[in-house]
Formats: sequence, structure tokens, C-alpha cells
Amino acid sequence: MCLDGPALSGIRGRPYNSLFMQTIFIIAILGLGFLITFQIAKASEYVAVLRGEEKARKQSNKVNAFMLLAFLVVGLIGVYYCNERLKGKILGPSASVQGVLIDRMLYITIALTGIVFLITQICLFWFSYKYQESDKRKPYYYPHNNKLEMIWTVIPAIALTVLVGFGLFYWFKITGDAPKDAMIVEVTGKQFGWEFRYPGKDGILGKKYFKYIDPAKNNPLGQIWDDPANHDDVWMEQEMHLVVNRPVKLIIGSKDVIHDVGLAHFRMKMDAVPGTPTTMWFTPRFTTKQMIKKTGNPKFVYELSCDQMCGKGHTGMRGVVVVQTQDEFDAWMMDKKPQYYVANPDKDPYAPKPDSVKTVAAIIK
Amino acid sequence: MSEEMNTPQEVVTTHEVHHDEHHVHHHKETFITKYIFSQDHKTIGKQFLITGIIWAIIGGLFSVLFRLQLGYPDQHFPILETFFGHWAKGGQIQPEFYYALITMHGTVLVFFVLTAGLSGTFANLLIPLQIGARDMAAPLLNMLSYWFFFMASVVMVSSLFISTGPAAGGWTVYPPLSALGQASEGSKLGMDLWIVSMALFVVSSLLGGLNYISTILNMRTKGMSMTRLPLTIWALFFTAILGVLSFPVLLSGLILLLFDRNLGTSFYLSDIVVNGQVLPNEGGSAILFQHLFWFLGHPEVYIIILPAMGIASEILSVNSRKPIFGYMAMVGSLFAITVLAFLVWAHHMFVTGLNPFLGSIFVLLTLLIAVPSAIKVFNWLTTLWRGNIRFFPSTLFAIGFVSLFISGGLTGIFLGNSTIDIHLHDTMFIVAHFHIVMGVAGMFGMFAGIYHWFPKMFGRYLNSTLGYIHFWVTMIGAYLIFWPMHYEGLAGMPRRYLDKSSWVSFSQFADLDRMITIVSILVFAVQLMFVFNFFYSIFKGRKVTSQNPWGSNTLEWTTPIRPGHGNWEGEIPEVHRWAYDYGKDGREFIPQVEPIGANESTH
Repeated sequence: MCLDGPALSGIRGRPYNSLFMQTIFIIAILGLGFLITFQIAKASEYVAVLRGEEKARKQSNKVNAFMLLAFLVVGLIGVYYCNERLKGKILGPSASVQGVLIDRMLYITIALTGIVFLITQICLFWFSYKYQESDKRKPYYYPHNNKLEMIWTVIPAIALTVLVGFGLFYWFKITGDAPKDAMIVEVTGKQFGWEFRYPGKDGILGKKYFKYIDPAKNNPLGQIWDDPANHDDVWMEQEMHLVVNRPVKLIIGSKDVIHDVGLAHFRMKMDAVPGTPTTMWFTPRFTTKQMIKKTGNPKFVYELSCDQMCGKGHTGMRGVVVVQTQDEFDAWMMDKKPQYYVANPDKDPYAPKPDSVKTVAAIIK
Repeated sequence: MSEEMNTPQEVVTTHEVHHDEHHVHHHKETFITKYIFSQDHKTIGKQFLITGIIWAIIGGLFSVLFRLQLGYPDQHFPILETFFGHWAKGGQIQPEFYYALITMHGTVLVFFVLTAGLSGTFANLLIPLQIGARDMAAPLLNMLSYWFFFMASVVMVSSLFISTGPAAGGWTVYPPLSALGQASEGSKLGMDLWIVSMALFVVSSLLGGLNYISTILNMRTKGMSMTRLPLTIWALFFTAILGVLSFPVLLSGLILLLFDRNLGTSFYLSDIVVNGQVLPNEGGSAILFQHLFWFLGHPEVYIIILPAMGIASEILSVNSRKPIFGYMAMVGSLFAITVLAFLVWAHHMFVTGLNPFLGSIFVLLTLLIAVPSAIKVFNWLTTLWRGNIRFFPSTLFAIGFVSLFISGGLTGIFLGNSTIDIHLHDTMFIVAHFHIVMGVAGMFGMFAGIYHWFPKMFGRYLNSTLGYIHFWVTMIGAYLIFWPMHYEGLAGMPRRYLDKSSWVSFSQFADLDRMITIVSILVFAVQLMFVFNFFYSIFKGRKVTSQNPWGSNTLEWTTPIRPGHGNWEGEIPEVHRWAYDYGKDGREFIPQVEPIGANESTH
């Protein structure tokens, strides 16, 4: 199925036909390969019958026992090789303080389960090889041993208690209340994009009601304009700005189906459920600029991915998170107009004036 | 104890009467009553198996199609457009098609193949044969169980051919996505058909399950106390209990979903503006569905894996020529898994906004389930230890099952720990985890069972050379496909994405995705080879000439090579010992029907 890329950009006559032929060709080869395999398999059955089934079976027993051992050895090398190839691709250290704890828990678990994995897989394949059928060996009648069974009940129980202990310690740290000084951002998912609301100077997100949602009237979130807390809330799409080293609490919701705020670099994730707000908080450790340097990728951005299947545009439900210093953030926020004034231009005290941006900025300062 | 021994005997006596009735029937059997509307548990088992195989080909083909998209997101495959028209415009799988494919792949494999195809087949085939009964407690209900499954299949297949396509909201069908036709093409008629099909499936599963339970409890032959049952039967028994207690909860959840979809109720819907349309629903909870779904959904994975465990235990013991190690511990851990299976469902919901304290309880209970699982693994290892192992394809698949169960079980410890789950939830790590531990391991249990009991089902052997090729390609392929996939998940790559090339964070795995696609196509081709072997051998396979080809202790091998309806020609044999006297007192095996000798050693 390794087809030539650039030649196929459109559905034009010739490459299309040759592709069709190629596909047919591949299917034909598979069919032929299968026929040959089948004939060999059939023949080997007859040969086995002629040579004595028992003898043939013992032969194949040896081959399979050896294969099991080979599978173990090659498999373990493969596990090592796979790790070498791919460990550099798993996003590097966590970009949030809480994610560091998650990574630590992950590595504790990898260490512990890794040991169990090695011991049990080696035993499984080694025993299979070692105790392959042999005329010399009498199998050992060994139906049970209470002491042994007790040991392998208690040891896993202890190991798991350790994992549960660490896990819950971190879990409560991460899911506990956000610090009081945490910045608040509201995140709303919809098919297929993200919307953000900042609470403005008063630090309070104004009330909203879903039946007021009307993008045509510049009220994409259904804010209730009678609520004064809404008057300074700032709304924006697709891009969320955060401050480095400052805890942020996300208040998460959805307009239509369930989405999920997935922040892989921060190791954070929370569903966006219509009708039931959820929250999550974390503290970014590195600005986007720092990450560009760390990764050596000039195009680096933190991405916000939808992690809960939400319809045909699920794959493209991408948001961008920009982590900045407090000064950069303030400068960016300065010229953002509250949605209240966008929706009600008559209420905007600075609307008619051409230099309104500057005046608003001066007032905020 | 004496009471326990008496009960089965009484039942046997009453069943003897039934048997005479069957005999009358036996003579008037037509093609239809023998092969189609058959009440013979063996035929019903074969019907489940063959329907399951057909579904597995369909479900597997779906995975090949979406793997093509995942491995070659920019390529055009004109042949796809030839077959699927606008669903694969320009030879590229369209998003709606992709989501329909993954949804159907999941639904088909989880329910129709690994539930109906696995426990439907082996419960029907093995329960009467291994406990020493002429048939199920209620053969008519048993037949209906298959035909309800068949109807479920017909409805599900029909949903593939409607213009808006089949359900496309993932096999978990979370509302509101699955409730609102405006939100997705697949949530239109396809979703209603999905619900109807699943409702029929639940009926099938209940009819089957109740039958299995009552047969095992009431119809064991003389001497077959519960503690002498082979582990396959224990496993199928607990599987049936899980199904009977959890499937109705799914059904109730689905009926509420049907109401929300068609009658304007608000069980799962609240505060929704979809496609610019403000819906009137208020006060529902989308999360409620997830609780109901996973109350089945989690036991469901044990419904899949327990029969595989039972089959592996039996086959490992038979072919190591050694008793299963720790029989009582095996039964005990099956029981523990069954109980715990009902108490862990919310570990699928750690990031739904679940109360963190509640989450912590589910972490504890989830990781607790690793203890009985570990016991089972260690017992299998000890069963192999100092055995005299014969590697038939069935043995290899059973060993492969243990290997996969270890690999996939250990990653479950990652995911069951809510702290790690925050990062790994809904990523490719999950996909890798459950495919190894329940998907491939479940299939391995099924393959092991098919290779082992094929001679009993059809009186012929499967070709073993093809069997060995089947095993090795599938085993190596399974690890090549799913092991590296964990790394995609560690990078946070979400599952159910059809093209990662526009993402900065997830586009680094294009080579890997291509490799996985190529291997999946090869593995799928080898499964087709197995299917060919299966059907070819039914008619042309080498004939079984000995009544007990594997030298096995259990009762099914005391029946004639091709048993008729009623299984034993004379009286049902009496059982004198457990099923695992292999290598005892210098004898290779001692069948369950052999009385305890005077000088026999005791353990």
C-alpha cells in the first residue's frame, strides 16, 4: 500500500487508473501468497500423516518452543528499541506544576509495573521453553500450595497500596481547591471550537443563560446584560492567554455536546459538559517563548485539544494557549473591549471617539 | 455434602424423561429443525460462532479502512470511492465515515464478536458437555437467544445501508452527541437502529445468561459438585451472572436515550444550543448516561475476559499435562473479579467533573481488582512450571493470552490511578491498553477455544500448520500494533483523531502510524486465512479418529466423536473427581469419570 504521494494530489485520469491497478495487484499478490501458504500447509499435513503424526508433532513442538524463547528475547530487545526510538517524542517535561506530580506518579508506576512485567513475561516464555514436552520428563503433580498463593496475594496487595497511596496523595493535591489568587478563565466548547471569557477588573464572571445565546446579537455565551458583573467580561475565540507561574482556574462548559479541554503539555484534562460546569486549575511553568527555546521548534505553541469525541470536526477542534509574563499579559489584555460594549454599542462611553482604545487603556492603568 | 451430591442426581433423573422426548423428536428432524431452528445447544453454539466470525470479518475490515486513513492521511485510495461513494470522496475517508467506522468497529467487536461470539459459543457448547447434561435447562429459550442475536445483527447491518449512515458517536454513544440528530449525521436514524439492535441484543444476552446459570446450578451430572467443575464452567457461570445483572442497566439507559431522542424528554439534555438552534431541554444530566452505560460497560470487559480466562486455564492445564495450580484460588479470584467488576465503573469518568473524593474510592476499588488478576497470572505461570508442554495452536494462543493479559493488565494500573488518568484519559494509551487486555486477549482466548474444541464441534481438526502461522503472525502483529501506540498516548495524542498532521503536539508519529497500518493489514489478512481454515476444515479437515484426541479429563471427551442431540448415547456418566488429575501417580491423565482408586494418593 506504499503509494506514491505527490502524483496523486487530484483525481485525474491516469494516476487514478494506475492506482487502481496497483491495488488490484496488491490484492492479487496477497491472494497468491495465501494459496501457496495453504498448499504448503496441506502438504505438511499429508507428510505428517505419512511420517507418523506423533513424530511430526514432536518436531513442531520443538520449533514452537524455540520460537517462544526467541519471541521473548527479540520482544524484550524490541521493547528497549521502541523506547529509544519514541521516548523523545512524548512532549518532554510537564509545563505545569501539577503535571510534574502526574509525571512523577507515572514514573513510579512504570518502575513498579516494569519489574512485574519483566518477571512475569520472562517466567511465562522461559517456562514454556524449558518445560516443553520431552519423553524424559514426568510432569510434576502440583495442584496447590497455600503458602505460595498467600505470598502472591499479599505482595501485589502491598505494591498496589503503595501506588494507591501515592496516587491519591497527588490526586487530592491536584483536584483540591484552587489558590485564592488564581486567575479565572471560562472555557466553553462548541462544535467545533473554543470560546474564552475573562472576568475583567471585578474578577467575577457575570451570569449567563443559554437561551440568550445569539451570536448575531454579539452574545455568543448568553450573558445576562442586566448583571453588572458582565459589563467588564471579555470574550474571545480560539486563543487563551495565561500568565506564567500564576495559578489559573478554568471554569469549563459546553454549548452543545460533551467536549474535553485537553492540555497535553500541562498534563491536564477536564470534560466540558453542557448544563454541568466543571473546573480545573493548574500553574504554568514556562512561557510559550521559553518552550520555543527549549524545544528548538520556532513554531511551538501550546495546544488545546478536544479529547472527547464530539462529531465530525472533532479532529480539528484546536485551540491555542499562550503563556506569557504578567507584563506581556497585561499589555495584551489592555485593548480588549468587554463584550457588553460590543453587544450594546450605545452603552459604550468611548464608542464614538476614534481614540477609544487609548482612553480605555488609560482608565485600566 | 451428601445433600449436595443428591441434588444433581435428582435433576438428572427428571431430565432423563426429557431425553426420551428428545428421542421422539430426533427421528422427525428436518433440515430446518436440525440446522436452523435447532434447540441442540451444540448447534446453537456453532450458530453463535459462525455469526460471530462473520461479524469479526466485518468489524476487522472496518478497522483496516480507518487504519488506512490513520496511516496515510494525505493519500487517495480510489478503490474506496468505488465501494463507498460519497463516504470516501476522492478516495479519502470522510470524517463522518471515519467516525461511523470506529463506532461500528467498537460495537461489533465488543458486543457481537467478543460477547455473543465468545461466551455465546463456548457457554452453549461447553456447559452441557462439561457438566454432564443432555442440553440446556430451557432449550427453546436458548434457541430464542440466538435468534434475538440474529435479529440484533440484522438491524445493525441494516443501519450500515441507510443514507445518513450508522451510529457514529463512538461505541459508548455518549449523549448529547448521540441524542441530537443536528449534532451529527450518525445521530439520525442510524442511532435509533443502534438502540433497537442493542435492545434485541440485551434480550438475547439475558435469555442466554439465565439459561447458563440455571443449567450450571441444576443440571450437573451425578458426582459433579460445584468444586469439581472445570474452570471454563466457573468462568462462564460468573460471566452469565455479570451479564444478567448489568445488561438490564444498559437497556434502561438506552431507553431513556430513545425517549430523549424521540419524545422530547430531558434525561440527558440540558442547556443546549446546537447548530444555532436553542433547545428547550433543561435539568437533564449528560453524565447520568455515562454512569448507566459504564455500569454495564465495565462488567462488559469482564464478560469478555472471564470466558477467555477459563478457556486458557483449561487448555494450559491439559497441554502442560499438569493440574491447574491453585484451583480454589482461581475460582476465588473469578468471584472477586465478578464482585469488583460492579464497583469500579466510575474509573471511566475521572475527568467528567466527578467529585474527587468519590473518584478516590473508585481508584481504591479499581486497583484492588489487580490482586485477583495477579493471582491468576501467577497460577498460570505455576501451571506451566515443571509441566510437559505440548504446543498445539490452542496452547500457543493460551500462552499468548497470558502474555497479553499481563501487558494490558499492567497498563490498567496506570489508568486506574486517577492521577495518571488525568493525562492519559481519552488518549491513544487507552486504545492500546484495552485492545491488548480485552480485545486481542479476548480474541486469543476465543482462538484457543476454537482450536481446542473444533474436533468436538465438527469431528475434524483444523490444519495446524495454518494454525501456527495464524498464531505467530497475530501474536507478533498484536505487539507491533499496540505496544508503540502507548507512546502516542503518553504524548497526549487524543484517540478518535483522523488526521494529526495539523497539530504541533501530535504530528510526530506519522511514521509509526504508517507502520501500524501496514501491520494491521497483514494481521487482518492472516485472520482471513484462519477463517478459510475454519470453513475448509469443517468439510475437508483431517477426521478425528479417537474419542479423546487431547488426552483430556473433562466430560465432553466421553461423548461420541460426533455426538447427537442428547450428547451421550447411553446414560450420562457419573463423575468421581475434579477435572485436573494430570500427571498424578505416574499416570498421564485420569478422566473425571474414573472412580478414585484404592491406592490413589490424596492432595
